[in-house]
Parts: sequence; structure tokens; C-alpha cells
Amino acid sequence: MADLLLSSVSKRFGATPAVQGLHLEVRSGDFLVLLGPSGAGKTTTLRLVAGLETPDHGRVHIGGRDVTAVAPALRDVTFVFQQYSLYPHLSVFDNLAFPLRSPLRRLPPDEIRRKVEDVARLLRIDDKLDNPATRLSGGQMQRVAIGRALVRNPAVALMDEPLSSLDAKLRDDLRLELKRIQQNLGATVLYVTHDQTEAMTLATRIGVLENGRLVQIGTPRQIYEDPASLYVASRLGSPRINVVPLAALGEFAAPPGAVTAGLRAEHLEVLDASSAAAREGRPARLSRLESLSDQRLALFVLDGTEHELVAALPPDAAVTPGDEVRLGLRHVLWFDAQGQRVRA
Amino acid sequence: MAEIRLDNVQKRFGDFTAVRGASFTVADGEFFVLLGPSGCGKTTTLRMIAGLELPSMGRILLDGDDVTASRASHRDIGFVFQLFALYPHMSVRGNIGFPLKCQGVARAEVRRRVDEVGRLLRIEHLLERSVSGLSGGDSQRVALGRAIVRRAKAFMMDEPLGALDSEFRHLMCVELRRLHERIHATTVYVTHDQNEAMAMADKIAIMNGGAIEQIGAPMDVYERPDSVFVADFIGAPAMNFLPFEAALARGVDAIVVGGARLSVPPLREDVSTRRLLCGVRPEHVRLADDAALRAEVLGTEYLGSCQIVTLTTALGSTLRAKVAADAPVASGDHVGLRFDAAAVSLFDHASGRALRTARNDMAAAGAVTAGAARG
Repeated sequence: MADLLLSSVSKRFGATPAVQGLHLEVRSGDFLVLLGPSGAGKTTTLRLVAGLETPDHGRVHIGGRDVTAVAPALRDVTFVFQQYSLYPHLSVFDNLAFPLRSPLRRLPPDEIRRKVEDVARLLRIDDKLDNPATRLSGGQMQRVAIGRALVRNPAVALMDEPLSSLDAKLRDDLRLELKRIQQNLGATVLYVTHDQTEAMTLATRIGVLENGRLVQIGTPRQIYEDPASLYVASRLGSPRINVVPLAALGEFAAPPGAVTAGLRAEHLEVLDASSAAAREGRPARLSRLESLSDQRLALFVLDGTEHELVAALPPDAAVTPGDEVRLGLRHVLWFDAQGQRVRA
Repeated sequence: MAEIRLDNVQKRFGDFTAVRGASFTVADGEFFVLLGPSGCGKTTTLRMIAGLELPSMGRILLDGDDVTASRASHRDIGFVFQLFALYPHMSVRGNIGFPLKCQGVARAEVRRRVDEVGRLLRIEHLLERSVSGLSGGDSQRVALGRAIVRRAKAFMMDEPLGALDSEFRHLMCVELRRLHERIHATTVYVTHDQNEAMAMADKIAIMNGGAIEQIGAPMDVYERPDSVFVADFIGAPAMNFLPFEAALARGVDAIVVGGARLSVPPLREDVSTRRLLCGVRPEHVRLADDAALRAEVLGTEYLGSCQIVTLTTALGSTLRAKVAADAPVASGDHVGLRFDAAAVSLFDHASGRALRTARNDMAAAGAVTAGAARG
């Protein structure tokens, strides 16, 4: 069953279309991540689901019910924002219990206590329930905010870059934790981010947005290995995928219509000069070598052009700047003049 | 350009010590990064170098001159903040040229130098535009331009990329590093982001609780951390730590963790019986069916070019391994773990200090290759 269904939803602000003809289905237990740069329509989509914006066209269904005209409070969704918004005068317990005490729900106090304690255990803050919310660290506060959103078991939990205000280390830890909590509760989540690592690791499916349109949806692996366009291919992968015109590759067999090649850094290799394969390789000069933690990145300039390619080399590759080498190119992704994928 | 030297510099605010005895030298033309979590004293250190705070103790030397007590305006240091404070009523050109105008530089000269900076930062096409309406990245380029146009003795940068989104931050890192390679300005850069530090620094100083834990080239700090704090702070996912107890003698090249014998780089010191930690980075953990150290797979995270496997050992330690994206591994699998022996670090559990091993022998050689590779 779809916990959330958007059909042909459009929204403009003045002359600017923010979301255009969006069709999106989030199934029960799905962790769907909307990925895109600022201005792609991610946050507007969340706000349309929450009822904070009304669509110009199209319908929003939550839990099988048409809620297009239903007030936010009655939609059975919860929202976690980038900045943790806890009630500073309440304890951690009362912050978590707050949504359960809503007059719309009428839960008995002992059931509230049981639910809060369950979630607190999952969040590993059960020893902090009596603390004032303001006495928590940033990471703990955001954990409480996430807990508060999940405790009342909404049809869909909406999250707008909830980890982006935390520092790198905390973000890593909380990312794993969020995934674990979501899986344990079987919660349905619609999550917005421009961080590709978050998208890849959290999502059961990723939806890539471009100018208010959904351009591809699929598992992280599908999006990374089989992108529908150059735009999608450039969204995922660090370092970013190399993009060069077909002509720069010299004699190279490409499918009809292909004008641009996309080459991921891990699919470039320095061929052994004595091997037969080296004769087929593309000549290039190593201009720069950079060691980044466990990655060894090499910048090559293709002979006879000014095109640069970044390659991720194995730690034991014996190369130095200035070397003339032959590059092997594997798993080339081809794109046409409009940037759409051309499959071989 | 100038060399900066700090000699046992301390800063107290009331009874709180923000910086405890910092001593280091930033060589002429070096890109030096102060890295650490919030509250570690990195920004206070930067502000003391710039002259915005006075040290409670110690000396600061700029090109050999003692500037400890001289005013910020007499130090000839350019400053770039996280929030780019631009003059909203001026054009890009007006903003960049402003410091020169204040110094009374002739108009034709101001024009020439602003053009030059515009080219350097690739914002020539924006020079006549108003700064309101610029994107975050372009605003930050203008702020950078205003700092470098003065040709100050050194630049101080306090999380200048902190307000940008992560994708753009990475591009700006590359750009800043290339800019540095063109102008070779002595730069002190503060950040809590290890990726920025690794990507840009010639040298990194890692701070913790007001003290400097380690100073070194990025790969040096990454491969030979002096303490658990440094090992844990640098690297994502973080280094794995397996606790064990042992007495180890100089020359020993294996330890026993959870009943499994693991090879390690030969020890260069003796340690009496105590609790120790075996530290290994995720990319040095291999899954091997026949290995003695057993673990269960808790989960896998697909990252495109690789996958991160989270594991738990029989003793309850959690580990992460970075393995090929197509390695067949799934939650619930029981696997054996093998570590790249030469890459293992050992630490004293109580003090967090790294034990000296053969890994340290490579330090000198490693530093040379890292320098050459920067080329």
C-alpha cells in the first residue's frame, strides 16, 4: 500500500514553477530521499505533503485518503526541520510526549509513558528523559526531534535536511542511527537532502529532482550505475563524474547519437605499458597527484586536448606527476546532445 | 609574505583556559589548517594571530618581529569570516577595491589590482555588478578578493566555507587550493571539517580542549596519528578501535584480540601489562572466510564506488569495513576479518597515546613523498 501518493502535483510561486507535474509514490516502510541542488523543489514537495502549501494542480493522498484540502494537523504526518525546534521549557520526556498528548488523540497517560520510553531506548537517550531539553548537545537535541516525529507513528515522517546543521562526525553517527531507528519502527519516511552520502546510505529509493521535475527514481545502485541523464550522473559520486566530449577520446566506439562520455574516477586505470591493452588506451599526461585520506586522486590531461580527467588510483600505483601514460576506460556512460543517456 | 611563529601562547577567559600553550610555526607561503571540534580553541588561536584577542601568556612573531602586543591594524593581516560581510550598497569592484581606497592607493592602481584579483578568482564578469543578488559562492569569492587584494603578510580564514552547501563547499576547496598555489600566501585556516583540512592543507594542527594534539602533513596525520583523538577525528568513517589487554615487548609483531592472532607493525617500545587499543581504518579491513577474527554483518551501505560494511565481533566491538561495491555481503552473514598488518596503529587505552611502531619509521620517508606529490 502507498502511504503517500502525489499525482500530477504542480505548484508555482508567482511566475516561478517550483514543482511541475510531480508523480510520486512512497510505500509503507519506504525511506524515500529526494535529492537535488537548492531550488530543485525538494522542500516545496515536503511542504505540499505536510499541507503547509496547497498545490495549484494535482492531488495528495496519505494513507489512502485524499488530503489535498485537509489541514496540516489532520494529515497524520510529522515534520523534522533542519534546526531542531524543541520546546525549551519542557523536559526531554515532555518534548517526546507532546504530540501524544494532543487532544486529537486522547491516549491514556500510562500508554504515553510506555511509548515515550520505547522511543527513548531506541534513541539511546533513556537516561536523559528528565533533563531539560536545553541541556542536551546538538546531536542529542536533533535525536529528540527525530524521536518526537516518529513516536506517534505517523503515516509519513517528513524530514528536511535534519542532519545538515550538525558537524561532520556527528552527522555520520546520527545517519546510521536514523536508518536503524527507521528500520526498527518500520516507519515511512520522505527525506530531503542535497548531500549525496546521506541519500546513498539512507534511501531505499532516491528520487532526483531537477527544476521541479522528478527526473529519475530508483534504488541508490540504479541511480549511481544506470543514470538517466548527465544531470543525474553528476549528482552522485565523489569525486564527481568526469565529463568529456566523445571527440576528446580519439578513436572510440560509441553508440549512435552519443556525443558526451561520462567516466567515473574509479573506472579509469593506468595500463601497464608493456601490455597489449595499453595500445588501445587513451594517451594522457599525469598533471597532479593528491592523497585524500584513503583516496589517491590523479589528474590526467588527455593528450592533444585540454580536457582533464580525475582518476581514483590504487594506493600502490607507481606514478609521478609528468608521467605519460595510457588510460584504460571502463564502464563509459554515454549521453546525447541534450544530456540524455544513450544506452549501448 | 611572512612566517608566523607562536611561542607557548595561552589564552584564558576568566577561569576558563581556551588555549593552552600553543607553539607552532607557519612557514612562509604555507597553508596551515587549525582543525578541531567546536570549543577546541582553534578560532581563539586564529584571533590571537590576527590581533583580535591578546594572549594571556606567550609570544607571537610575524616575520621575526614580536607583534604580541601590537594592534590588529598594525599587523597587516587579511581576514575572511564565515559570514561574508560585504558592503551592500557597493558594486563588486567597490567591495574588492575598498581596502586599497582606504590605504590611499591611486585610482588607476586600484583598478589594475581589482582586475587582477577578478581574473584570479574568475569573477571578472561580475565586477561591475551589485553584490546584492550574488550567489553564496560568488559572495564568498568577493570576500576573498577583498582580503587578497591588499597583499597582506598573511591571511586568516575562519570557516570561510561554513555557510555554503556541501556540494559547493567541495568545489570551493579545490578553487582555494589552486588560488593558494598561484599566490603562495601564508594562510591560517580554521575549520571543523576534516575534508576541507585534508583537501587544502600543507600542514594540519589538530586541537582538542585548548591543546594541540598533533601537527603534520595531511597524510602524515591520517596515517600516523599520535593519539586516539586524532585517529578518531580524522577519517570518515572513523578508525575502528578494538580493546585488548597485553604486555608487549620491543620487536613484537603480533597481538591477540578476542582469541585471534593479528599481525601488527613491529613495536619500537616496551609496554607493561595494560589495556590497549588496536586501531585500524575501514579501508584496511578485509573480509576473509578463513580469518580467525570472527564477526557478524549488521548492515551494508552502498556508496557507488565502494560499500561500508558494519560488523560486530563476538566481544561486542563494532567495526566498519570499506570494501568493493560488488563484494557479495549481506546483513546476518558471518565473516572473518583480516587487517592490513602494516597499517595497524596501537594505542594506550588510558592516555590515548599512540605506541611507537615500525609505522613511525616511515614518517620521514612518507613526508618526502607527500611533498613531492603536491608538485
